[in-house]
Amino acid sequence: MKKFLLRLNYTKWFNVLRDGIARNNPIVVTVLGICSSLAVANMVENALAMGLGVTFVTMLSSAFISLIRNYIPSQVRMVTYMVIISSFTIVFEMILQAYAPEIAERLGAYVGLIITNCIVMGRAEAFAVKNPVRYSTIDAFASGLGYTIVLLMMSVIREAFSQGTIFNIQVMPSDFVNWIIFAIAPGGFFVIALFIWGIRVWLKYYEE
Amino acid sequence: MNELIEIFLASLLPFNIALASILGMCPLIAISTNVSNAKGMGLAVVLVTTLTAMINWPIYQFLVETGTETLDLLVFMITIAATVQFLEIAIQRFLPALYNTFGIYLPLITVNCIVLAVSLFFVNYEYGFWETTVFAFGSSVGWAIAITLLASVREKMSVVSDLPRGLKGKAIAFVILGILALAFIGFAGLASLNPEPVVQ
Repeated sequence: MKKFLLRLNYTKWFNVLRDGIARNNPIVVTVLGICSSLAVANMVENALAMGLGVTFVTMLSSAFISLIRNYIPSQVRMVTYMVIISSFTIVFEMILQAYAPEIAERLGAYVGLIITNCIVMGRAEAFAVKNPVRYSTIDAFASGLGYTIVLLMMSVIREAFSQGTIFNIQVMPSDFVNWIIFAIAPGGFFVIALFIWGIRVWLKYYEE
Repeated sequence: MNELIEIFLASLLPFNIALASILGMCPLIAISTNVSNAKGMGLAVVLVTTLTAMINWPIYQFLVETGTETLDLLVFMITIAATVQFLEIAIQRFLPALYNTFGIYLPLITVNCIVLAVSLFFVNYEYGFWETTVFAFGSSVGWAIAITLLASVREKMSVVSDLPRGLKGKAIAFVILGILALAFIGFAGLASLNPEPVVQ
C-alpha cells in the first residue's frame, strides 16, 4: 500500500489532479472564475449546481478541444473555443431546466455566464491545446473539483449565517437573528477574502 | 423618459454590476493596481458593452421570431467576439491616439463577464431597445466607477500600509471591494430596476 502511494506521486495523472485541487486551486491561488458564481453562491444548493455546471462544461470542452487540437488554426482558436464552450453551456442549461427547474430559475442568467468563466477558457488555452485527451479531461476535472469545493465551503458559511440553515436544514439556534449581509454582495466579498488569506497562509503561497 | 433615467440611476448605483451583482471580477482584480490602467479598461468596457447590447437586441428579436432563442448564448458570444475584433481594427486604423490609451485592453474584453451579462439581463428583464441601451450604458459606467475606486484605494494602500503577508495582493482587494459594496448599499431605494434582479 505504501509502495503504491509512493509510486502514485510519480504518475502524471495524479500530479495533474493534485495541482488542480490544491496547488493551483482556481479560486484561492489564481483567483479566476469567481465572476459567474459568487453572487449566487449564498445557498449550498446553488453553489453545488454552479460547481457541477463549471466542472461539466470545463471537462467536456477541454476533452473536445484536446481531441481536435491539431485541426484548429491558431489564429482563430479563441473563436473556436468560444463556440465549443457555448454549445456545452447550452447543454448544461437545458439539463438544469429539465431536472432542477426551481434552481434554474433562481440562478437565472448566471448559468449562461459559465461561458465567460475564466477557468473554462484558461484550462483550454493553458492545458488542453498541448496535451492528449485523457490528461486534459483529468486536468479539467481537477480544476472543476477544486472550484466546487471552495465554492461549497463558502456557501455553507454564507447560508448558515444569512438563513440559519445548511441545505435547508436548521443548524443555528431558533432565536438566531439572521445576518442578511452574508446573503448579498459584501458578505460574499468578505468570505472570499478570508478564504484566500487562510488558505494562502496554510499553503505558504504569498504575493510580494 | 423618467423610466429611462430611473434605469440609468439604478444600474449605476444601487444595482451596480460589480458591487451588487459581483460580475466582471477577473479584470477588476487583475487590472486595478494603478489608476490610469483602470481608467483605460473602464473606458473600453463602456464602449464595448453599450455597442454589443445595441447590436444584440435586434438579433435577439430575430431569434425570437424564428423560434431559436435557445441558441442565444452562442449567437451573443459570436456577436461580441466579432464586435471586439472589428472595433480593435477600426480604432487602430482611424484613432491611433485612442488605441494607445486602451487598445491593449480590447481583446481581454471578449471574456469579460459583464458584456455577456448585460445581454443576458435584457432578455430576463424584457427590455425594449432604448431601455437596453440605457441599462447597458449605466451598468458599464458603474463598473468603470468601481474599478477606478478600487484602483485608487489599492494604489494608496501599496505605499502606506503594512499588511500581513497572506493578505497582500488579491485578498485585500476583496476586502476593499466588500467595504465599497457596503457603502453602495446606502444607495438602495434611490431607484429600482424593473423587475428586480434575481439575487437580493
